[in-house]
Amino acid sequence: MVTTTTAPEQARPSAPKRTGRKAPSRLPRSKLPYLLLVPAILLELLVHVVPMVVGVWMSLLELTQFQIRDWSAAPFVGLDNYKATLDINGPVGKDLLDSFRVTVLYTTLSVGLSWLFGLFAGVFLQRPFRGRAVLRTIFLTPYALPVYAAVITWTFIFQRDTGLLNEVLTTTGLADDRPFWLIGGNSFWALLVVSVWRSWPFAFLCIMAGLQNVPTEMYEAAAIDGAGFWRRLKDVTLPMLRPVNQVLILVLFLWTFNDFNTPFVLFGGSAPEQADLISIHIYRSSFITWNFGQGSAMSVALLLFLLLVTAVYLLVTNRRRDPA
Amino acid sequence: MLAASITACGDDDSDGGSGGGAKTLTYWASNQGSSLDFDKQTLQPELDKFEQQTGIKVNVEVVPWSDLLNRLLAAATSGKGPDVVNIGNTWSASLQATGAFVPFDDATIGAVGGKDRFVPAALAAAGAPGQPPTAVPLYSLAYALYYNKKMFTDAGIAAPPTTWEELVTVGKKLTKANQWGLAVEGANISENSHHAFAFGQQWGGEWFDASGKPTFDTPQNVAAVKRYIDLMAVDKIVNPSNAEYAQNQSVSDFANGKAAMLLWQAAGSAFKAQGMAPDAYGVAPVPFPATTPAGGKKVNSMVAGINIAVFKHTKDKDAALQFVKFMTSDAEQVQLNKTYGSLPSVTTVASDAAFQAEEQKVLAQVLATSAAPLPQVAEESKFETLVGTAMKELFADAASGKAVTEGAVKEKLSNAQQQMGS
Repeated sequence: MVTTTTAPEQARPSAPKRTGRKAPSRLPRSKLPYLLLVPAILLELLVHVVPMVVGVWMSLLELTQFQIRDWSAAPFVGLDNYKATLDINGPVGKDLLDSFRVTVLYTTLSVGLSWLFGLFAGVFLQRPFRGRAVLRTIFLTPYALPVYAAVITWTFIFQRDTGLLNEVLTTTGLADDRPFWLIGGNSFWALLVVSVWRSWPFAFLCIMAGLQNVPTEMYEAAAIDGAGFWRRLKDVTLPMLRPVNQVLILVLFLWTFNDFNTPFVLFGGSAPEQADLISIHIYRSSFITWNFGQGSAMSVALLLFLLLVTAVYLLVTNRRRDPA
Repeated sequence: MLAASITACGDDDSDGGSGGGAKTLTYWASNQGSSLDFDKQTLQPELDKFEQQTGIKVNVEVVPWSDLLNRLLAAATSGKGPDVVNIGNTWSASLQATGAFVPFDDATIGAVGGKDRFVPAALAAAGAPGQPPTAVPLYSLAYALYYNKKMFTDAGIAAPPTTWEELVTVGKKLTKANQWGLAVEGANISENSHHAFAFGQQWGGEWFDASGKPTFDTPQNVAAVKRYIDLMAVDKIVNPSNAEYAQNQSVSDFANGKAAMLLWQAAGSAFKAQGMAPDAYGVAPVPFPATTPAGGKKVNSMVAGINIAVFKHTKDKDAALQFVKFMTSDAEQVQLNKTYGSLPSVTTVASDAAFQAEEQKVLAQVLATSAAPLPQVAEESKFETLVGTAMKELFADAASGKAVTEGAVKEKLSNAQQQMGS
């Protein structure tokens, strides 16, 4: 049939090959480079590593209001916090598991939809036309708005009696009764809408940048070979976007999975069961109920889970790329 | 550079130590008025007075309720932060357990005027029994039933209800197009838990036993919580929309004539801020059940209020105590409580003309005769969160038309209780 499928591979060699670093045999003789790295390493330790280690340490303690003033007095309980947290038959573990399920579903849908919207908006705005700059700006607005202001506006929209959404639904006759959006089952969908609204502009931005690197000749060649829109999308755009997508989806996944602001502003400190995201759940388990050891154990478990997912994801996506 | 920035943070909070000059205290005030700004403007002239009298400068920051507990915890953990703070009195025992606050033993409380100065019920809500309190009461509040006088007259109701049965009957009369009998704050966790406590007392329930273990799902507590939720679920005198209220929308609904009754603490100043005239509403004690259930107590409000506490890490305990003494002095108690619509926490000014309005008289009577402090146990804040959340979920069920059975209430409360155990 058509030969365009190989186009990306043909294009690749034309990209400048890395000329490689200076031969590895010339190891740095002076210690200057390491010296220059010291401030960065110290800051990294201070900002990332130390809090993380402290978090792990906290998770091994029974840390409640009785001990927060003097952590050294907190009894060491080893893995007890983890046992309570991960025992899915116990009340704490069961709730965490429910929250985990909700979060996985929420993240999958939110990342998927954000990516789809971003992709189509990016492709749509790939070619210059009148008003493209305006559209780009409008599309990016949600990303530029302060989270709190934006999400508070959404809470007004979702209110049952006075909210815009129900006003529209009832006046257009789409719904007879005013449904609840901030409590009960619908709260999940409300949360999802806000999340997609907030994160798709980022996907759009990345994909738009990625598309700048796709040579127009490839589309022309594909068009000459008779490829339609979908074929070009599948065989030119997506393969060329692969490196961008790989990072984009990972970042979106991590952000969405850990998202605290959206549910916190939308629902306050206690989200409805159906929209009880893990970040809020952990917040409630530590800050509101003063059980910091257990909150830390949940956080560490979450960290390990996300590390695992990230590692597997990178492994799989890199392996798929390698044979190419 | 790092070290410099860290010490800079530290200095920020404790500029009281700035060598030998004028003394300075940092004070975190809770939000009592209609806005943070209103509070700042209310407090500043008083703090200026204090500086004139003592030469001690007080820097005040009004902290919103949503942040206050987290900020207090951070200050307790780090040993850095303000010298004097306001705390919600329901947190007393929890915060006492941190050991971060100066205990008001006999000598210390003597320095601020002595134990007998304070209203006994309010002082009882300042820490666990048998230990010196780690705060003294500053503003006192209680729950009352607020009712719209015009709606009552229009419906031909002569007097406010005194029993829940009456409340339901008049509530049904008052529920009609665009108007509901009662407004509740269904998604507000602490409001819910306060009602759980008062209803629980009336139905003979306790949320903690004598040894401090949680007893959430006793039949008495189940009945009490169900009675409250049923106002929406069964009696239908509460707008189902109230199930999502958490930002004092119920106060707005009452002030704007969308609901005829409201259970609230010292709501007068909030009504005023929303443009409701003081003669448009009446105030009555919160009702009781018509026949007292076995073991039921004559309690219709928690002892609500704000306490003032001193952090142990303060560089100048004497100055901090002087400030506490100033804030609980007769003149300041009259001035501040009058502005906020709350009640004085000291006995000496109870008869002041500022507290003779109908609302204040009812609240004072409730506080004196039928209010009880929330359980003064270290895990009290957990109780508020877990039970309050369970009730929020029950309201959500009721609002969406699900039947709220005794079994459903018990299940939620059992679940909440299990989470206490960890």
